[in-house]
Amino acid sequence: MTVTEAPVATRSSTPSVRRGRGTFRSRVLVPYAMLAPGIILFVAFMAAPIFYTLFLSFQKTKVSGLGLGSGARSTVFAGIDNYVTTLTNTEFGASVGRVLVYGFILIPLMLGLALLFALLLDSRRTRAAGFSRTAIFLPYAVPAVISSLLWGFLYLPAVSPFYFVFDKLGWDVPSLLSSGGVTFAIANIALWGGVGFNMIVMYTSLKSVPSDIYEAAKLDGASEIQIALRIKIPIIAPAIVMTALFSMVATLQVFAEPTTLRPLTNSLSTSWSPLMLVYRDAFTRDDIYSAAATSIVIALVTFAFSFLFLRVVQKRAFGQED
Amino acid sequence: MTTTLTRTRPDRDLRKTERASARAFRQKASPVSTGILIIGAIYCLFPVFWVLMASSKDSSELFSTFTLMPSTHLWDNIVQLSQYRDGLFWRWVLNTAIYAGVGALASTWISAISGYVLAKFEFPGKKVVFSILLMGVLVPGVILAIPQYFLLAEVGLTNTMWSVLLPQIISPYGIYLARIYAAASVPTEVIEASRTEGAGELYIFNRIALPMMGPGLVTIFLFQFVAVWNNFMLPYIMLGDDQLFPVTVGLSGLLNQGASAPSMYTLVITGALLSIIPLIILFLVLQRYWKVDLAAGAVKA
Repeated sequence: MTVTEAPVATRSSTPSVRRGRGTFRSRVLVPYAMLAPGIILFVAFMAAPIFYTLFLSFQKTKVSGLGLGSGARSTVFAGIDNYVTTLTNTEFGASVGRVLVYGFILIPLMLGLALLFALLLDSRRTRAAGFSRTAIFLPYAVPAVISSLLWGFLYLPAVSPFYFVFDKLGWDVPSLLSSGGVTFAIANIALWGGVGFNMIVMYTSLKSVPSDIYEAAKLDGASEIQIALRIKIPIIAPAIVMTALFSMVATLQVFAEPTTLRPLTNSLSTSWSPLMLVYRDAFTRDDIYSAAATSIVIALVTFAFSFLFLRVVQKRAFGQED
Repeated sequence: MTTTLTRTRPDRDLRKTERASARAFRQKASPVSTGILIIGAIYCLFPVFWVLMASSKDSSELFSTFTLMPSTHLWDNIVQLSQYRDGLFWRWVLNTAIYAGVGALASTWISAISGYVLAKFEFPGKKVVFSILLMGVLVPGVILAIPQYFLLAEVGLTNTMWSVLLPQIISPYGIYLARIYAAASVPTEVIEASRTEGAGELYIFNRIALPMMGPGLVTIFLFQFVAVWNNFMLPYIMLGDDQLFPVTVGLSGLLNQGASAPSMYTLVITGALLSIIPLIILFLVLQRYWKVDLAAGAVKA
């Protein structure tokens, strides 16, 4: 590993710290000693759990005889049995399906609104932009459990001001906590918590564009909307891609919102999202081996996104540096 | 990039010139765009307003009076919540402050030193180390929570504060950001000059490089603070003893009890209000640090 990397380091045209007579100590030991806390924590809390789960996912409990007594249960190599179980498990398929529907509702809506808000904030004709920006970003400070709690009460017909209004108008609106509405209910919570953050990411990106570009376009007779569509959106496209990736990964791991809402509704099963299913298998059913296999499957899908992320990011941020 | 880093003072001048040019180009206000944003703002503020109203009601009023009508029991509710199991709620608040505050501080320091080394040192294996760390960026902490539980159970650390604190100190994204901040804000000449004067590497980092990376580190701290405060699954899995719970896990448990004892709902609502107020204040105070470019772009002009 070191051998293959060494030429890269020497070839690099901008050595950050030039060392005339670097000793082994200053060249290798010092940087690694300073990296040690990070590396140790990374190994202990990211790498090791992954490998341990991988190890668990290839095992299963073998019950001999009646399964009584201490020697009756033993752990044996399972091959890909757990993976077969996971991938053929209809509950897992259903939870993935639910999360996909949830993502299809949430992500376009959240990013579309975030983009709209960011463009409006950037427009010179908008007033009270500071107030709106702060207000829309504020829910990011509220953790998912508490936002689920607040919205959960707002969904309860007995407490909700919305249902009070619907009632007065004589409308019969079905509860969002019913089985048909609960996906929307959770998507709305995530939308509320996430739209402001994504808006800020896009707005920051818009702010870094020199404004003379717009002045030039305006002199050429482009309208505000044309400038937004033809110039601003293409320029901040990388930021939009990044927010989309982050949102997709977050969607796959939705857990806190449905778990918090469960006491308020009958339409959320313990396997509503893939991670809830893993949690149930590991802790309610004590089947850590199939829970491990399911975790690995979820992690692999996430990793696929990670690599996409890596390619986008490295091209953008480190293209010039290396 | 520079805009993110030199945020503190030049920002103020920048804003001044921005405002001046805005005045020069000031155009007719657009009610449509202003209106859409105001609607968005109302949507985002509404649940906060609701919880403020709801927490002023006693448990009978909660379900009987119009929900946006304030009542007079806010103080009673706070007292009741404080008395619940000898002040368990405040214990949760303290725990949250420890997990998020101490955790984010430790995480920021470790991200800073790792990013600094990766930006400013040349050493064999640097690219490999950085690539592996970067791969960790999108491995979400949530997916690791269950494996971390199994592993910590092996060494008997589950159901301790360490089990929530330690796994959240490592932040590949924080390291990634810190590398960018260090590369942009710590001049190599300064490091070399300090070395010539015989300063130790740790001294150079803590006393010279760290302050230079200041504003960027506040952003990392905030990111990490929110990440810990938001992470529900890890403490939910790791902790069995409710004296160790953070507010989120505690309130979620209270809500669960509410299904059989509706008087709990008032406690949950009051608890929700009390726990978001400090966060909202923190946010408003530190708002200017939230200029987030996810890839913290070198693309900036």
